Amino acid sequence: MHVVSPIREKLVLNGKSYHDITEDICKQVEGKPTKEWKIVFAISVLVLLYGTAWVCWTWWEGLGVWGLNKTVGWAWDITNFVWWVGIGHAGTLISAVLLLFRQKWRTSINRAAEAMTIFAVICAASFIVMHMGRPWLAYFALPLPNTFGSLWVNFNSPLVWDVFAISTYFSVSCLFWYIGMIPDLATIRDRATGIRKKVYGALAIGWTGGAKSWARYEDVSLILAGLSTPLVLSVHTIVSFDFATSVIPGWHTTIFPPYFVAGAIFSGFAMVQNLMLVTRVVYKLEDYVTLDHISLMNKIITLTGSVVGIAYITEFFIAAYSGVEYEKYAFINRATGPLWWSYAAMMTCNVLSPQLFWFEKIRRNIVVSFVMAVVVNIGMWFERFVIIVTSLHRDYLPSSWTYFTPRLGDISDYIFSFGFFFTAFFLFAKFLPVINMAEVKSVLKSSSEKYPEKVKKKA
Amino acid sequence: MADNKYLVGVFDDEDEVLHAVGEVRHSGVKIHEVYTPFAIHGLDRALGYDRPRMGIAAFLFGITGTCCALLLTFWTMGIDWPINVGGKNFFPWPTNVPILFELTVLLASFGMSFTFFVMEGMGPTAKPIIFDVRSTDDKFIMAIDLSKNKLSEGEITDILKDSGASEVNVKEV
Repeated sequence: MHVVSPIREKLVLNGKSYHDITEDICKQVEGKPTKEWKIVFAISVLVLLYGTAWVCWTWWEGLGVWGLNKTVGWAWDITNFVWWVGIGHAGTLISAVLLLFRQKWRTSINRAAEAMTIFAVICAASFIVMHMGRPWLAYFALPLPNTFGSLWVNFNSPLVWDVFAISTYFSVSCLFWYIGMIPDLATIRDRATGIRKKVYGALAIGWTGGAKSWARYEDVSLILAGLSTPLVLSVHTIVSFDFATSVIPGWHTTIFPPYFVAGAIFSGFAMVQNLMLVTRVVYKLEDYVTLDHISLMNKIITLTGSVVGIAYITEFFIAAYSGVEYEKYAFINRATGPLWWSYAAMMTCNVLSPQLFWFEKIRRNIVVSFVMAVVVNIGMWFERFVIIVTSLHRDYLPSSWTYFTPRLGDISDYIFSFGFFFTAFFLFAKFLPVINMAEVKSVLKSSSEKYPEKVKKKA
Repeated sequence: MADNKYLVGVFDDEDEVLHAVGEVRHSGVKIHEVYTPFAIHGLDRALGYDRPRMGIAAFLFGITGTCCALLLTFWTMGIDWPINVGGKNFFPWPTNVPILFELTVLLASFGMSFTFFVMEGMGPTAKPIIFDVRSTDDKFIMAIDLSKNKLSEGEITDILKDSGASEVNVKEV
């Protein structure tokens, strides 16, 4: 029998029954798109079209449309790449790590978070392909035998590790997301008629919900979570290796892997917070994504924000302690040089602002949570910008010192990724169940307002 | 498929069905399968199933991935076209760890998942037998194959009702 502590937060409010959950989630998939959905979707598609035109122009014209110069060879492209990959990590974290920790509150946000992961990783990958300049030669990064003699990729290079890490991460995330969705697709299939029954039936690949299937399914999910957890840590570790294994002052630091992973969780949770706050209102899911969920997310944001804060300070200390002239200068230049404003933006948004969440009133305020999540993501974008551009723009040779100014191409290609991300997310939110019905049902008895009373009565 | 007659017990609650499985099996009735909208912990054990062993598949595919990655990196970098990187070893072990790890995870996840699909006979064209469409919504369905049970239809219906089924239907497949 279920024993529930009375001080546990209630995860499902207003006495929902199993059938209410099915109805609430399925009606979004089954109904005609609402006016709000059409408006936001149309806006995202327009943004995507504008961005696509610019991406095509970038490919046609070359990277000259960006503000790069011979000193600053990486700027917005890699900033955007690292930023999007980092955002993607929260999905896996919520679904895999919180599954291993048996956190029941993950059940109502994991589906949307995993979808976000997939779209964010696609956005990230688009910048990798774009920054190659000649995207039609992207296959050079793969270990393929070529016609010029079998010269292979260099497996010693973190850039090649990145190719493997990101593509593995993308495919395993898709698989995890899909497997998690199978029971819900079967629910939609069993309610549908006509063409929808055929489509969702094919997607549900014959799921029946038999006890034997569920036992194996749970086993598969647990092992996938166990595999995804080190995977997600490895991906951002390898992304940080792109910098850490180089010999550029400001990049060549051993703290990068844990620091990048913490930053990734930080920005990813902020993005999930943004998406869920909008989705819960548009789809009227306030009973499933409650103030407790928002507050728990904010707690993680505060924790990871503090971790990156400590990492920033540690970096400074190590630069001073190292006694290396160049290392010291890179950090002093970062905070006080011509790009000081980006460092200040990073410090304020990432380290100071999340500390407001120590106050419960602020942590449970929806508007503040939303604004703060945006602020955190601005801060995390600046973190990558600071690391990349401030370390590059003043190199070993003072005669080549320069400044970085973005051009319209940088900005438009960044806008492209937003267009894609939101278009994909809105399509997902319309055609697939945004909340994992099966998992929410499985925690309903232990965590809803209604059931503990029912159990009490029986006893 | 043969014309088999099934008795379908419908339960409203996860704890009731878990309890009922024990009672029904105790009265000597063989249960075909129990269909539920979500995973109920302990249901597989109550039905007397073995522990799932998907981990074995994951391990075997994972170790295959590790070996493939080793072969790929070692053969390309050490044998087929060795590259001299600053006079270092042609096959430095530590720098290949990321590739080994990623390919292990990739093969383990996909191998295990597809093993699961094959074991369950799942695929886009699969035609599952659905005893009650509410089993993916809010009902817990216990299917009993009459041809595999010695007791009569009436007796089993009574057992199901006694153990808490809210309805008992007949379904021919």
